[in-house]
Order: sequence, then C-alpha cells, then structure tokens
Amino acid sequence: MAKRIEVSGLHAYYGGVHAIEDISMTVEPRSVTAFIGPSGCGKSTFLRTLNRMHEVIPGARVEGKVMLDDEDLYASSVDPVAVRRVVGMVFQRPNPFPTMSIYDNVAAGLKLNGVRKKSSLDEIVEESLQGANLWNEVKDRLAKPGAGLSGGQQQRLCIARAIAVQPQVLLMDEPCSALDPISTLAIEDLIAKLKSRYTIVIVTHNMQQAARVSDRTAFFNIGGTGEPGRLIEIDDTSKIFTNPEQKGTEDYITGRFG
Amino acid sequence: MTSLSTSKQPAASGRGSLGSVSLGRKVKDRTVQGLVYLAFLLALVPLVSVLWTVLKNGLGRFDATFFQFSMNGVAGKDAGGGAYHAIVGTLEQVAISTVIAVPIAVLTAVYLVEYGAGGRLARVISFFVDVMTGIPSIVAGLFVLALWLLALQFSFSGFAGALALTILMIPTVVRATEEMLKLVPNDLREASYALGVPRWRTICFVVLPTALPGILTGVMLAVARVMGETAPLLLTIFVTKAINTNPFAGPQASLPTFIWDQAADPNQNSIDRAWAGALVLILIIMLLNLAARLVARRFKPAGR
Repeated sequence: MAKRIEVSGLHAYYGGVHAIEDISMTVEPRSVTAFIGPSGCGKSTFLRTLNRMHEVIPGARVEGKVMLDDEDLYASSVDPVAVRRVVGMVFQRPNPFPTMSIYDNVAAGLKLNGVRKKSSLDEIVEESLQGANLWNEVKDRLAKPGAGLSGGQQQRLCIARAIAVQPQVLLMDEPCSALDPISTLAIEDLIAKLKSRYTIVIVTHNMQQAARVSDRTAFFNIGGTGEPGRLIEIDDTSKIFTNPEQKGTEDYITGRFG
Repeated sequence: MTSLSTSKQPAASGRGSLGSVSLGRKVKDRTVQGLVYLAFLLALVPLVSVLWTVLKNGLGRFDATFFQFSMNGVAGKDAGGGAYHAIVGTLEQVAISTVIAVPIAVLTAVYLVEYGAGGRLARVISFFVDVMTGIPSIVAGLFVLALWLLALQFSFSGFAGALALTILMIPTVVRATEEMLKLVPNDLREASYALGVPRWRTICFVVLPTALPGILTGVMLAVARVMGETAPLLLTIFVTKAINTNPFAGPQASLPTFIWDQAADPNQNSIDRAWAGALVLILIIMLLNLAARLVARRFKPAGR
C-alpha cells in the first residue's frame, strides 16, 4: 500500500513569487512525517506539491522532482488527476460536500470516478468510516447530510472520504487546527492507526502534536519577508525535539524564535 | 494626561458604566426603525394595488369558458370567448425559450467562472452579457424579425417568438448562475480534486448541485420576466384568434398579446377578457415560482 516519497530540488512559485526553494527530502512509507515551522514558511505549499494540488491555483507552478517509489509525479506523461487518486489529502477546514449525505460524501471519490456497484460501495463506505473511527457515531444516520455533523466528526468524515479511494499516501494540512482538544485527540489516535497502512504527512502548528504523532519531523523556515521558504532540517522526531542540529530549529521549538 | 481624563469620565458621570441607553440613541433607533417600516409599506403599495386591481377586474371572466375556448369567431363586443389559444401559446413559447436559453446560459456561466476566470475571452463575454442585459425587448424582436423571418424566410411562428424570448432570457440566467457559482466555496472544488475527480465531474457533481437552488431561482426570475414580454412577440408570432398548438408553423397567440389585443378594444366584454388574461398570467408565474421553490428546497444543501 504505502509508498516512499523522494523529493529533490523542488521549487514552487505563485506567479512571480518564489514560495519555496530547493527542497529535498525523503518521506518514509508507513510512518508519519510532520512539517513544522512559522506561518508563511511554505509547509502547506510544499505539501500541496506532493499531490499536484499546487498547480490548481492560477499562475502557480513547480520545478523539481517528486518520486513516488519509482514514478516521477511531475513527468510530462503523468496525469495530475491520477496522482491525486494515489496521494489523498485532508484539508485544514472540514469540507464535506454540502449537497451529499454522509454515505455519499464517503462514496463521492468512488462514485465520481465511476464505481456504481452498490454492494462494493456499501462495503467500502463502512470500511472507510470504521477506518476513520466514525462508524459507530453515524451508522444509524448514513442518509443524513454530512454538514449536520460536528466539526470533529466532519473532519473524520473527510478523512474517511480521503481513504475511501484507497490512496497510498495521505497528506494532512493542519487537520486539527479548527477542532477542540477532544476531537483533536480522536484524529491523532486515528493517525496512529492509519500509519500502519499509509504514508502520512501532516502539517501542524502545534509542536506537541508533532511530537505526539510523528516519527520524523521536518522544520521549515524563511530567511525573511518576501524570501522563499526552505527546509532547515528533517530528522527523527525525538532528535528534532531534544537535540536538533540547527540553531534555528532549536530556537523555534523552544519558543525563542525570531 | 488625556488618557487619564477619559478613563475617569464614566465614574464622573455618576452612573454605572452599564447604564441605560441615552435618550439620543433611543430617538435615533426609533426614527430609523420607523423609516424602514415606512419604506417597506411604500414598496408594498404598488404590489398590493396591482394584485387587488387585477383580481377585482379579472375574476369576472375567470370562468371555465375562459380556459376552454379561443377567440375564434368572437367579436370584441361579444360576451364569452376565452384565452385557451393564448395560454397554450405562452406555455409553449416560454417552454421552448427556456429549453434553449438555460443550457446556453448555464454553460456560459460555467465557462466564465470555472474555466475563463479573468482571461481575455471571459472578459469579452462578460462585457457582451452586460450589453445583452440592457437590450430593449423590442430590439430582440426586431432582430428575430430581421434574421429569422425576413433574411431566412421563415414564417411567423411560436418558435420565432421563443427565439426572441431566448435572447432576453440568456443574459439574466448567465448573471444569476455566475453569481451562484462564485458563491460555491473553493474548498469544495479542492476537496473534489484531491479525491482524484476530474474537473468536469467536479463541476457536474459538486459545483452545480451546490449552486442549484440559486440557479433555479435565477431561471424562474428570467421566465417570469419573459413571460410578460409583449413587444418582441408582436413582431414574431403575429396575432391570431384561433388555436394553434403547433409552435413551429403559423401565427400563434400568447397571453401578453391577447391582453394587448383585448385591451385595445373599446367594448367592456373585451376589457374584461383582458383583465382575466392578466390574472391568468400572474397566476401562471406564481405557480411556476412556487414549483421552483419546492424543487429548490428539495435540493437545498442541508444546514446543521
């Protein structure tokens, strides 16, 4: 299932703005990699280059190489739509489709890609909701609208929706920043459970969260206003939080930033 | 110095800082409230007055005969006669123009919002849609008269009228749909892309359904607008007193031209028929509006 991501010499731009500069890293399969760093340092931009969502924004472009096992995601023959089926994404704000029921939300990725068989849909929906620790809460109201759930439930619904298309990699862009501590805990438990099957990358502003859920942590920073974001260092989470190589990382995680 | 004096002020005024609303604010509040109600009532006056007049004058001939007979062989001074031919004509013409205009308009709006956004072509189209919105209805009629009837040599027909109505309908529906599509949060498009759903499927199955209630409302407003158009129809469907159920051949009647025709006759029987025609027209528009609301509610994104 899970695949290794190898990034080399990656630059991303928004029109004329150089957003991230020369990033190279390896994301290990069946593990959780956390991206930390100050706002505007390009973590989310970098995350979005990993499933070619960056280029959805008008004027945005990417240079460099992202290898998913032995396939280059940016090779000219690669269809970005196919990439996104393999590399799923969960967003900062829960965004269930408002016109669809809970069931349809989870099945959306499959239905919209042409899977019509009711029995296999039923099975995948249940599996995905169980995978997202949401099944017990919603199994009696699958036909109710997804927007009627609480914020934490909606976010788990979005995770269920993302894993229903059976991706290899799951990208999460600050998935808990709009949630209360209890829902956050539920999502973190879920991440721990999911990492046995997927390669997970999570962007977070919460350093305790990075320390709790991730195996490896990458620290990003910018040189100054208007300068592109850079990868400062990536290492095992325990090392980053106890004995980082770089002074900048230490300053950031101890709160002596700036 | 200044900060010290201002911070002291509440205590100096001798009242608690959470004291009652000052008289000045109460007066302003009441005045503005009064003005708002007054404006509301003023806006209602013409509406109620129109409905009342049409009901009062129209109910006289709002009978079974009116819905069963045409004006064939009925002179202006005769009692009886009906608007069956006109009702059939209006329904057919508006249905045809809706069928033509809505797909064109919705697809144009989809292009403007989803594909062309900010591009040169989109700006040009947007400009011409604005221009079209301002076209006087008679010009639309003259255009169809010149192109369809004179240049291409087709005869007067309900379809020619529908073409003129289409021209009037497209810009309103484009604008309404465009506004509704812009209201669909980008989050939803991204969520769909992130599932590996291609753009066109995202538009068909996520964006359009989310915007559907608003689009339906826009379509209904456009239908209501063109249903009352008289001038373009006079030039394109001509006038007939007989029933013609085929919209593709021969002159056809319509409710607006029926009203225009009957109201121009000095006999009281004709004038009564004109009022009844106006009442029927209003009722049809109200029914369609009601139906659209029910459909829109059915598809409404459920709240929390």
